Parts: sequence; C-alpha cells; structure tokens
Amino acid sequence: MTISLDNSKEGETKSLQPKGWLRYFSFSLDHKVIGLQYLVCGFIFYLIGGLLASAIRIELTSPLSDFLPRDVYNQVLTLHGTIMIFLWIVPVVNGAFGNYLIPFYVGARDMAFPRLNAVAFWLIPPSGLLLISSYFITGAAQSGWTAYPPLSITTPAAGQMIWILSVLLLGGSSIFGGINFIATILKLRRPGLKLMQLPMYCWAMLGTSILIVLSTPVLAGTLVLLSFDIVAHTGFFNPSLGGNVVVYQHLFWFYSHPAVYIMVLPAFGLVSEILPVHCRKPLFGYTTMVYSIMAIVVLGFVVWAHHMFTSGTPPWMRLFFTIATSFIAVPTGIKFFNWVATLWGGRISLNSAVLFSCGFIVNFVLGGITGVALAQVPFDVHVHDTYFVVAHFHYIVYGGSVFVIFSSIYHWYPKVTGRMLNEDLGRFHFALTFIGFNLCFAPQHWLGLNGMPRRVAEYDPQFTFVNQLSSVGALIMAISILPFLWNIIQSTFRGPVSGNNPWNALTPEWLTSSPPPIENWIGPPPLVKEPYGYGRNNKDSNEITTDT
Amino acid sequence: MTTLPQIDQDQEVRTSQEEHHEDFRMFGLATFLIADGMTFAGFFAAYLTYKAVNPLLPDAVYELELPLPTLNTILLLVSSATFHKAGTALKIDDSKNCRKWLLITALLGLAFLISQMVEYFTLPFGLTDNLYASTFYALTGFHGLHVTLGALMISIIWWQTRSPGGRVNSHNQFPLEATELYWHFVDGIWVILFIILYLL
Ligand code: HEM
Ligand SMILES: [Cu+2]
Repeated sequence: MTISLDNSKEGETKSLQPKGWLRYFSFSLDHKVIGLQYLVCGFIFYLIGGLLASAIRIELTSPLSDFLPRDVYNQVLTLHGTIMIFLWIVPVVNGAFGNYLIPFYVGARDMAFPRLNAVAFWLIPPSGLLLISSYFITGAAQSGWTAYPPLSITTPAAGQMIWILSVLLLGGSSIFGGINFIATILKLRRPGLKLMQLPMYCWAMLGTSILIVLSTPVLAGTLVLLSFDIVAHTGFFNPSLGGNVVVYQHLFWFYSHPAVYIMVLPAFGLVSEILPVHCRKPLFGYTTMVYSIMAIVVLGFVVWAHHMFTSGTPPWMRLFFTIATSFIAVPTGIKFFNWVATLWGGRISLNSAVLFSCGFIVNFVLGGITGVALAQVPFDVHVHDTYFVVAHFHYIVYGGSVFVIFSSIYHWYPKVTGRMLNEDLGRFHFALTFIGFNLCFAPQHWLGLNGMPRRVAEYDPQFTFVNQLSSVGALIMAISILPFLWNIIQSTFRGPVSGNNPWNALTPEWLTSSPPPIENWIGPPPLVKEPYGYGRNNKDSNEITTDT
Repeated sequence: MTTLPQIDQDQEVRTSQEEHHEDFRMFGLATFLIADGMTFAGFFAAYLTYKAVNPLLPDAVYELELPLPTLNTILLLVSSATFHKAGTALKIDDSKNCRKWLLITALLGLAFLISQMVEYFTLPFGLTDNLYASTFYALTGFHGLHVTLGALMISIIWWQTRSPGGRVNSHNQFPLEATELYWHFVDGIWVILFIILYLL
C-alpha cells in the first residue's frame, strides 16, 4: 500500500520552527537537531554523573565513611549508576548518533516517525531532572541501579518511587526510539539500497533496537510490580508476604543483560565506521560482522542468569547459563579480530578519533576476558559482588562505550560544525583518559580478588593504598575532561574550516555539505553501494562537491 | 561535480521515493504491540514461576470461578469478529454498517469491563491478601486497562466515521485499522491470560 505524503503540510510545520541555536531548545522534528539534543543533554548528565563518581572516589580514599554519611553514599552510588546508564550511555550511543547518522545511512531525509522521535527525546530531560531532584527533596533511592528487593522495599519509599518513575519514563523513551530505528532501517531505505550494503552502524542499531523493543517492556512491568510492593504493600517480591525476590532478579536481568548490549552494540557499529575511514581500508569481514551482531542479539537473551549464580540458582541452570555466556565470546571475538584486521596494513592516521577507537579495542578485550572469567561459576562465586565485577563492567562501559563516544565526537565534529578540532588537545585528552581510566579501574581487579565487596562506603584498612591509587586515576579522568571541553568550545568559534569531507570518507553522511542542509541533501540522496570501498582504485580520495 | 563509481544518482528512483512513501505506521504499531506483549510475557513468566516455586501460604484464600471469565472470553472473541465486520464495511464506504458494527464492538468491550468488575467484587480475596491474589489483580487489571483504552478508541473512531463530516473513511482507513489490530492483540492476550490464570 502506498500513500502520498502531504509534503506542503510537513514543510509548513518545519518553517514554523525556530532557526539558529534556538531550535536546539525546541520540539524540533529534524533528526540532526534531535541527535544533537540527545548528545548535549547526555553530556550534561555525564558531567553530573562524573561529579557523583568523584564524590565516591573521594570517600573511598580512606577506610572510614568520613566524607559522605553512609546513607548519602548509597544515594550518590545509586544516582551515579542510574545516570550513567540511562541518561548518558544509552541515550548517546543510541539516540544521539543513531538519530544523526541513520537517516543518512539509509538515504532518507528524516527518521520514519519524526514526531515520535521528538517525544522520545523530550521525555529524557524531565525524567533526569526528576531523578536528580529526588536527592534534594526526599532523598534519592538507595538500593543501587539494580533496585533489588527487599532492599528497595525497605529503604525510604519516596526516593525509590521517584527512581522507578523516572526509569519508567526513560524506558518509554528508549522503546519509542527503538521502534523508530527499526522502521527507519527496514522501511525507509532508499530504493535500490540493499540491506547488505548498509554501513555497519545500521546493523548495530537494528540489533540494538530489537533488544530494546523486546526487553525494556519486561523491566517496565517489573518496576510496576515493585512499586505496588512499595506503595500498596503487595508481596510480589517480599518474602515476608509469601513473595519471591529471585523472580525480581530474573525479570530485572532479562532486561539488564540485554541492556549491557544496548550500551555496547552501537559502540561496535560506530567503531566499524571510524576505523576504515582513517586506515583507508575496507572494513574487514563485513558479512561475519553482520552475523555476529545478530548472534549477539539472540544469545543476549539467554544469558541473563549469569548475574545470579549466587542467588540459589539450581546447578542445571548455572551450567546452562555458563555455557550460553561463554558462547557470546565467539561473536564478540570475531568482531575484535575484524577490527584488528581492518587496522592491519592500513595507512593509519593516528588522530584522536583513531586513538580513542584503538583505546576501545584494548580496554574492551580486557573487559571481555574478565567477563568470560566471570561466566565460570567456580570463579564467579568468589568474586560476585566484589570490586572485580566493578572493574569488569567499567572496562566495558567506560573503556568500551565511553571511549567510542569520544572517538565518534572527534570523528563527526567536522560533519556537524564544519570546523576541525585541535588534534594536539585531542591527543592530550586521549592520553589523560587512557592513563586515568586504567589507573582507576585496573587496581580494582586486585581489590575484588582480595575480597573487597562493592557498594560499601567503609572497607578493611588493608585495601587503603590500592583504593587511593584508584582515586588518583579517577582524578586524572576528571581532569581529562578539561582539555576536551576547551577544545570543543574554542573550535566551535575558532576551529579551522574543515570543508565538506575532511577525512575523504565514503559513507553517505559525508557526501553532502558540512554541516548538512535541513533535508540532508540538496538534490537526490546518493546511492552508496560500497560504503567501505577504500583503496580500491589508487584514487580513493575523491572530492565531493555539493552545489549550494 | 565528480561522480564516484560507487554513487549513482538515480533521478527516477528519487522522484518515486519523494512523492510516494510506503505507509509504515502499521509496521510501527505492530512493533509497539510486540513490545507491549513482552510486558505481559514478563507478568506471565512471573506468575508461572510463582506457581512452580511459591506454594500458597496455608491460611490464604485463592479460588477462581469459571463461568464469568468464560463469558468474558466469548464477549471478547465475538467483539473481534464484529470489529472485523466494521473494517470490511469501511472499505466499501458503507458508513452505516461500519458504525453499527463499531457500536456493537464498543458495547461488547463495555460488557466485558462490567462483567470483570462484577467478578472483582464477588471474589473472596483482595489485592494484598496473598501473592496469588496480587498477581491475579495485577494481570487482569493491566489487561483491563488495555480494554478500557481500546473501548475509548473505538468510540472515537465511531464518532469519526460519521458521514458526512467524519475523518475516517475508505480513503483514510488507518485509524480504524490500527485500532482493529490493537483490539485483536488485546483479545489474543486475554485468551492466553484465560488459559494461564483460570485453566492451568
Ligand atoms: C564477553 C562478553 C561478556 C561476558 C562473558 C560477561 C559476563 C559477565 C558476568 C558473568 C557478570 C556477573 C558478575 C557477577 O555479578 O558476579 C557480568 C557483570 C556485568 N557485566 Fe558483563 N560480560 C560480558 C560483556 C559485557 C558487556 C558488553 C557489558 C556492557 C556493555 C557488560 C556489563 C556488565 C555489567 C554492567 C555487569 C554488572 C552488573 C551489576 O551487577 O551491576 N558485560 N558480566
Ligand atoms: Cu550480563
């Protein structure tokens, strides 16, 4: 069935929207504006989450809880985790880059449902503010980002309820986004463009959106039941009323294991875009990349109980989830080797974007190895809920996803602004981040192996020195933000003009002016059948001009 | 302007894309309903797990009667059929029949809700009495919310199919088709719910 689009009406709405910087504060329907709204909003929450992390690391420089009272420590910890996951990484790797890039990649002028898109974004700032305001009004939730009952039922109810409400809103935003990406990638593709010709980020976003659409509603339902337990005193998850806490854990991890892939799959996609451009080589193993993304999506749904090996999980279940989890290492490993093979023998320009991408590869492999180790029950029962787990997932969510976010900002900044960033400041930013990050989190493996539990404000004095080491790393990470911010601010006004395609890239977003016009292309969208056709005919650097 | 080998700027294809656009709103709705279905799947999974591992506490009361929910099942199944009839009538712009069937569908939905309420008030247990009671009310309540929403949407469509003056007709079937899909979905969920909650 085909319907004709009422073009005149769309055009009218668009021209009614504010122009210039004001449009970033409006209910804009332009996917590029929405992408930047996600990015900037996410980054502000990242700064807040980073302040909270600093508070945690200051507290942990001494074994006693002397900087923050214990209950405040718990609130800070909960807010830190929730903000970083739901307000920074998920909205940025999906919402920000997805909205900016996917319409270009499928050869469209906007997302499939522009209005839904704007709604999805505008759910985020209010729920973030709601979450943070709970700290000042009633005291924030204290039960960690996992909100395990009975803790979440017995800690002060108001903060927990606000936490639930804002996570529900953010989950809704995420589902709307996911529906939009699926429709855009599958249905809005330019005629003539085949699925297997799409840039890898599209596949990553398709996989991620499937994860979002199938798993986030389960979290929503679970949190509704939890809120009944808190306000109506039902007993779904309350053992003293005949309920079952383990059911909560199953439902929660059925969402939250896929959620870790919601944070990292898009990052895989972004790295796959960035590396070929700067090595002047095609992406190695395109087809295997696609299949491994889909394998990760499928396997991602059957590994959740590896978070519950010590929850009285029966032996057969432990065995099943150990095996399934270990299997995930296979597609993940394939992707790793494909990136290395892409770099191999390429003409690599070691600019900030590449440095951050390579940093990602290194950190992610370390996090992946500790992940496989954690999947083995005999090992996990000793280090579960210790700092070893904290080290594992920070290697992946920070060393992986956040490194890729920075890499992507360096790579696409000229696209968005038409100006170049300062490379020296960028490399300095990378050095500080890489050193600070590893200094902060590598020692935490040792802490965990030696038995320091996670989520506590006080610890055994024998751990003091290593904790202080970790805090120094955190300090360096905090400082590393300064050259980055300075670079962004001064380049916006004084950066050298980049031209339309400073990296001589072949993916479709570069085949237009930088910054792009409202409808992405003056004239027809190009049909890019070989987004990674670098080095095919000696002359891989064609100047693309767009008549303006 | 240099042309790249990989890029072929195909004018004809372009015009056809810009003027005609496949309607993917139904696709979006179907994706949303899959998501919504996963919420129910989570609830069902929780309920079945409770049944497997959490025996009813000794002094707890939890018993369900079959007649009323069986009537409810019939009501909803019939309403799915009547909605389908309304859709068929709209395709040939038979506004009168379309509205008649819509009205019947909405009334069947209303009857379902009333009978659900009657069941709630006659049951010997309340929301917080025990785990099974809570699960029962949570599941049926969440489903009832869906029915309420559906009945409201049907009423709006009924108003919009008035002829002349209505916005929904054979040239603009989407609102009716979307609501119909949603309604079938809600009925399907009820059948699963009925089997799991009442028959198992
Ligand atoms: C090679 C793939 C991976 C394997 C085998 C793996 C395995 C595991 C296991 C077994 C745990 C549970 C440890 C415990 O609590 O005792 C865990 C925790 C965790 N993993 Fe992974 N993981 C992998 C990749 C990832 C990725 C890609 C991410 C995120 C992007 C991630 C994020 C997390 C998080 C956040 C936790 C801790 C959750 C919490 O308790 O707060 N992991 N991982
Ligand atoms: Cu996991």
